Amino acid sequence: MSYNKPLPRLDTDNKPFWAATKDGKFMLQFCKACGDTRFPPGPICPKCLSSEQDWKEATGEGTLESWVDFHRAYWDGFKDELPYRVCLVRLAEGPVVVSSLVDKTDNLRMGAPVKVVFDKVTEEVTLPRFTLV
Amino acid sequence: MYDLNELKDKIAVIGVGNTKYGNFPHIDDYGLAAHAFRNAVQDCGIDKNKIDGMLVSRIPYYARMGEVLGINPKWTITLPGHGRMSGMGIIEAATAIAAGHCDYVALMYANIGRSRRVNYGGDENPGTWDPWGFTSPGAAHAMAFRRHMEMFGTTTRQLAEVSVAIRYHASLNPDAVMRNPITIEDHESARFITAPLRLLDYCLINDGAVCLILTSKERAKDFKKPPVLISGFGAQDTYSPSSIANFDMNFWYDAVRATGKQAYEMAGVSHGDIDGLMCYDNFSPTVLFSLEGLGFCEQGESGAFVENGALTLGGRLPVNTDGGHLSNSYMQGWALNVEAVRQLRGECGDRQIPNCEVVQYVQSTPCTRSIIYTRG
Repeated sequence: MSYNKPLPRLDTDNKPFWAATKDGKFMLQFCKACGDTRFPPGPICPKCLSSEQDWKEATGEGTLESWVDFHRAYWDGFKDELPYRVCLVRLAEGPVVVSSLVDKTDNLRMGAPVKVVFDKVTEEVTLPRFTLV
Repeated sequence: MYDLNELKDKIAVIGVGNTKYGNFPHIDDYGLAAHAFRNAVQDCGIDKNKIDGMLVSRIPYYARMGEVLGINPKWTITLPGHGRMSGMGIIEAATAIAAGHCDYVALMYANIGRSRRVNYGGDENPGTWDPWGFTSPGAAHAMAFRRHMEMFGTTTRQLAEVSVAIRYHASLNPDAVMRNPITIEDHESARFITAPLRLLDYCLINDGAVCLILTSKERAKDFKKPPVLISGFGAQDTYSPSSIANFDMNFWYDAVRATGKQAYEMAGVSHGDIDGLMCYDNFSPTVLFSLEGLGFCEQGESGAFVENGALTLGGRLPVNTDGGHLSNSYMQGWALNVEAVRQLRGECGDRQIPNCEVVQYVQSTPCTRSIIYTRG
């Protein structure tokens, strides 16, 4: 059966990110002028307004900031996985991202160390998810 | 240029109106707004042709609205249908009157989400995090409340106090959609939507419309009912992280604090003076975050603050005496401002706050606003 969950919407800013996940890399956009690092990427630096933006590979390490369990499927593609878990992770580099926590345990705490894992969901898209360290 | 504090007690709400709330597939946005408008006009007895300012939210096309009502204002503003525009709109209308753009503003909001089967998630609200299944404002509040639980030890039984108190108020409001009282146990056994939040932590989705009519304090004397004055207001937006919509790592604490401080200073009142709090309750945790940000308790202590029915009429701080978004009607803040006016007029029957003199409205959202109303 074909993959029936929502896929990333590629735009002018996030294409490099999604290209890199296919190679197992979690890339972060940063400002060459002031060093500001962020996710999701944007057209200019929100701190200093410079257009000089570049990409660096993140360590893929972070800490668990929060998590929720969806008991309702807003897309049919998630119906068979209910309840499914979504997490909030602060990356070691600073930005906060939403992702999946692959661990099913209820023994979770805020601040728990996590690391990225890559899940190839289609030929074109690899999603970064997180797992407890 | 004037100092905003000079607007203290200068602008009044003279008329309020609403439709019934429920499921009305036979009527559209314009029809709902028109009924609310007519009720507000009748409430104050204004000649509708005097209305020379119009602010609409969640109405498709302002010009059609003007055509429907037969009014041609000289000041018109359209705000999107987001759940944070009521506070913004009322403050904008007040400053427009003060600046002389117009003399009488009608503010209208209509929502037909129920009959259109709106879900507030999925493909209706495309977002950055859809590939991971993260969607809907409720999930964002669940994410925030989980942090609150982890950081401060807040429990879902404490959170239940919010829904229970507000449902009790709805049981006293003949117009409310959900009127059967609930208990903490009912809350704890309700089905999860996005854990840790359950069904009874979520606002209703219903159809309806609201209208308020504002003018200057001087002109307000000419109408049927005693005016209710806008005595203070405050504002602070928080746009990072907007890609995680309806979420803030620190529960909008700094923004709500700044907003409350502005409003209290402008109105010259403090917490002990507030007879009732009309608190944007899209999801029950927002009430906890608001109590902390405004300073009714310290950050992290809202769980203990709300215990033992503290938010119930007759309790420490009556909150959302109409039943709020959780149990009265999902009018995205507009109906709470109407309730503030009705409380100060003494029109609230079984749910009336005794000797009500000062009522505060607050929306703790990416666009945080607070308005303090007093008797004219």
